Amino acid sequence: DFTKSWIIILQTVTLIPGDGIGPEISTAVMKIFEAAKAPIQWEERNVTAIKGPGGKWMIPTEAKDSMDKSKIGLKGPLKTPIAAGHPSMNLLLRKTFDLYANVRPCVSIEGYKTPYTDVDLVTIRENTEGEYSGIEHVIVDGVVQSIKLITEEASQRIAEYAFEYARNNQRASVTAVHKANIMRMSDGLFLRKCREVAENFKDIKFTEMYLDTVCLNMVQDPTQFDVLVMPNLYGDILSDLCAGLIGGLGVTPSGNIGANGVAIFESVHGTAPDIAGKDLANPTALLLSAVMMLRHMGLHGQAKKIETACFDTIRDKKVLTKDLGGNSKCSEFTGEICRRVQDME
Amino acid sequence: YPPLTTIPPPAKYGGRHTVTLIPGDGIGPELLTHVRELFRFCCVPVDFEIVSIDSKSTSDDDMNNAITAIRRNGVALKGNIETNHNLPPSHISRNNILRTSLDLYANVIHCQTLPGVRTRHRDVDIIIIRENTEGEYSSLEHENVPGVVECLKIITRKKSLRIAEYAFNAARQNGRRRVTAVHKANIMKLGDGLFLQCCKEVAAGYPEITFDSMIVDNTTMQLVSKPQQFDVMVMPNLYGSVISNVCAGLVGGPGLVPGANYGKDYAVFETATRNTGKSIANKNIANPTATLLASCLMLDHLRLHGYASMIRKAILATVSETRLHTADLGGQGTTSEVVQSVMREIESKGPRTSEQI
Repeated sequence: DFTKSWIIILQTVTLIPGDGIGPEISTAVMKIFEAAKAPIQWEERNVTAIKGPGGKWMIPTEAKDSMDKSKIGLKGPLKTPIAAGHPSMNLLLRKTFDLYANVRPCVSIEGYKTPYTDVDLVTIRENTEGEYSGIEHVIVDGVVQSIKLITEEASQRIAEYAFEYARNNQRASVTAVHKANIMRMSDGLFLRKCREVAENFKDIKFTEMYLDTVCLNMVQDPTQFDVLVMPNLYGDILSDLCAGLIGGLGVTPSGNIGANGVAIFESVHGTAPDIAGKDLANPTALLLSAVMMLRHMGLHGQAKKIETACFDTIRDKKVLTKDLGGNSKCSEFTGEICRRVQDME
Repeated sequence: YPPLTTIPPPAKYGGRHTVTLIPGDGIGPELLTHVRELFRFCCVPVDFEIVSIDSKSTSDDDMNNAITAIRRNGVALKGNIETNHNLPPSHISRNNILRTSLDLYANVIHCQTLPGVRTRHRDVDIIIIRENTEGEYSSLEHENVPGVVECLKIITRKKSLRIAEYAFNAARQNGRRRVTAVHKANIMKLGDGLFLQCCKEVAAGYPEITFDSMIVDNTTMQLVSKPQQFDVMVMPNLYGSVISNVCAGLVGGPGLVPGANYGKDYAVFETATRNTGKSIANKNIANPTATLLASCLMLDHLRLHGYASMIRKAILATVSETRLHTADLGGQGTTSEVVQSVMREIESKGPRTSEQI
């Protein structure tokens, strides 16, 4: 195509390096993207909470403005403040951009052996309400009530996202995970909305399964699962369980979809302060999240190229970071992926 | 299998115990029939009082009969009762009603790798102690505004202390070294925070046992990669459902693991993962192992240890025979073949005298 070879549209992505190993794995991702000639320009921003007018905690204006404009973010791990006085940064980001869907594709990585092979599923977790509403009361001394909130609106929104995701990513089925036998009204509402939305997506197979049955079956045969959609707590547990199947948080990508077209992709591991700054970190999780981001942006060719280079490096086993079983540095691992990407040109 | 409970068994009349039997739905009736068959074969001094619960009925009569029978006999063996989750919230899960009415506060599941069963992980030996009556299973929900539903999770000091005490006591009695509390107190600061606090308090009274805690999502991640690190685990209701199903899956699936529900005065035995197995019912393909092992737990509870050991040994010998494996274990064996094999195994050990039992 004549025009394509002359016009390169650079898309801006807001980059939040984060804390601990965040900066170095972000640098690794930027290097690999450069080697792949991905049409991305990075806008680095800090999201450490500040107190806004009225005393309310918020993310810095520069960060919010950047994200509102670019709509796409890539984020490294943020440290959890203990005495900083402000709420969890992840929570603040979630609220600021109404990040209602947490999406984790879990695919077995060839070359990084776990007891489970051929895992290829996606967990889609409602991320705004459910058991994480934060509404708790001490009724009388020694009796605590925690409120799980399920609304029609949020359930519909997440169900719609799940089915659209399935359609856009050529997935065959969506399974709603629930415990409506016990939580009849709340999970029942969630289930009903999923059923309603399923009616508009007849090309996708819809099934329902109890949370405990999913857990039971997941650890015996994860290949039977495709796309799973569920409320907040079940999503939290299942997404981590599935990450465990493929090798843990160090190799699992994650994406958060917000209202108004905002999407923030992130690695979900910790900041690893003990190895920060020592060139030992594994950038795979952040890199695969960035690949997920490219797919979200429609840049499938680039995504495939970078993902293949990453997987090939891991499969080859010659240059691996310590957590993957090798003894190479982060920069060496990154360099190897860059080399492979360039060889693919 | 030393007893995990200190409840004295109900009285024997004429040397025989009466146990309530609730067939339930799906594979329950056929598997419990096999239990009766096996017990008759072994001359186990147990008589079953069968109480049916029609899961399709919305009346309370069946439930009341069952609860009365269990109160009378003190012990029950049950299949899972199906819950139609499309019925309105007023129709509470029958299994749940049984547990709360009889205050069966401890659900105890022992997941062990069995010889002859091929699993991805070896040397798994975890005792799960799950609070069985409150938490997310309180059945308290309301819709104040259309489209906005609140579901209450209740955690009380009294029940948290009670289950923690049960867990540490069980750990001590069984010579186990470590109790791990599973929670999500970073998010549910008050609820799970209270649970965790109670566990810590009880732990102080058991200095020989190591106590630690782990957040539930990390726990599931650890279980699928390194389950050998866990010993005894204690947790509130919902996490108990997740963890017990994960662990049962790790050691071979729903067909293998028995479960026990203990209260102060009553004990009810069933499979660990409480499935009805509707899709495989009445096809002679269900794995009877979990149900048979549950009946052994029941025999131990009745202090009929001789019978319990005899039957358990035979079951474990049978399960190690790959050619007898049912479909859930990847084989083509039938339910009746497994039961027959257990009986043959028992028979081959020679006639039993009352001294041996």
